[in-house]
Amino acid sequence: MPKTSVTVKQLVENTRLEIVSGKEYLEREITTSDISRPGLEMTGYFNYYAPERVQLLGITETSFSERMRHDELLMVYRRMACDTTPAFVVSTGLDISEELKQAAAEAHIPILTSSLTSSRILSNMTYYLGGQLAPRESVHGVLIDVHGLGVLLTGDAGIGKTEAALELIQQGKARLVADDRVDIYQQDEERLIGEPSEVLRNMMEIRGVGIIDVQQVYGAMSIRSHSTVSLNIHLSNARIGEKNFDRLGNDGDTLEISGVKIPKMVVPVTPGRNTASVIDAAALKNRTQNMGFDALTTLENRMTEEMEKNAALNGENA
Amino acid sequence: MAQSKDFHIIAETGIHARPATLLVQAASKFVSDVTLSYQGKDVNLKSIMGVMSLGVGQGSDVTIKTEGEDEEAAMTAIVEAMSSEGLAK
Repeated sequence: MPKTSVTVKQLVENTRLEIVSGKEYLEREITTSDISRPGLEMTGYFNYYAPERVQLLGITETSFSERMRHDELLMVYRRMACDTTPAFVVSTGLDISEELKQAAAEAHIPILTSSLTSSRILSNMTYYLGGQLAPRESVHGVLIDVHGLGVLLTGDAGIGKTEAALELIQQGKARLVADDRVDIYQQDEERLIGEPSEVLRNMMEIRGVGIIDVQQVYGAMSIRSHSTVSLNIHLSNARIGEKNFDRLGNDGDTLEISGVKIPKMVVPVTPGRNTASVIDAAALKNRTQNMGFDALTTLENRMTEEMEKNAALNGENA
Repeated sequence: MAQSKDFHIIAETGIHARPATLLVQAASKFVSDVTLSYQGKDVNLKSIMGVMSLGVGQGSDVTIKTEGEDEEAAMTAIVEAMSSEGLAK
């Protein structure tokens, strides 16, 4: 389910902008992550003006406006300040003209500022709004950050996803992002981000125990507000032998979420197998692999050497 | 009565990591004990590490034994896996 809008207040809080005027209008809604740089509009060219976007004014716009007459400038800003315009943002701590203040006040639009440059603000706002406004997919599972790697645990209800996550959290090896329902969105072409639903944040349900607030019980170290979704570990209760589990770790199995494929490992859950340890090892294996170390290649090379040695011995015997 | 059968490995790669996996997966479906012998060393064919440790190359001769309630079916499955993968004659 996509969030359809973000308020200007949320934008201010999450991209560290300062409010110049219009504090009472911060509930205005932003519906697109695109940002408008109204440079040509300053000259009166409004054919492609996108009023529903946040309007970002930088040195170009401001310096051009200094050459304009008072009435011209006020008219241009009034045309920019539409019903749907969420906010004006002025970069680099530039002075804010009386004309902009007047036009914004008339249309009940807040003016925000920052000492950062336009490109930096643009990038911060696009990153934040892109993530917030991206379509979300809810997945049944547990998302934990294991040694900095976002691991999505999936498997049938009651198989022990939460209990395995809890053990890793207790050992200080993992932090909880979301239990039971993970909301996942695409940050960019190859990166998925997962977060809890607002209601379930920091909460875990342990069968037979009930609901625990992980932050309260295990401390701030044990939780994260969001993380990447980089690896899927699927817990299976199929018996070894019934199902062909990946023995060498080279199946190349993947899970696709919102068009992004992440590596998937299917791990059997059987009595006597410590699922938490297996998840820990799986996450570390994935990390070392990303660093370019591959145990299987090493093993295969040793096997080839052994075969050559054996063949030489056989040759002597023959 | 245990089953025993000799195989001559013809695959160019020998019993490398991937073919070893297939043999182990075939053997793991049965309750019988399955043993692979090569140059006087016996390993459990249900254990992939054991099989890979041997370094069975092309031209080697190995013996496979199955013992248990489904030993005949297990041997049939292994013969099948050996031939379908072009591993042995």
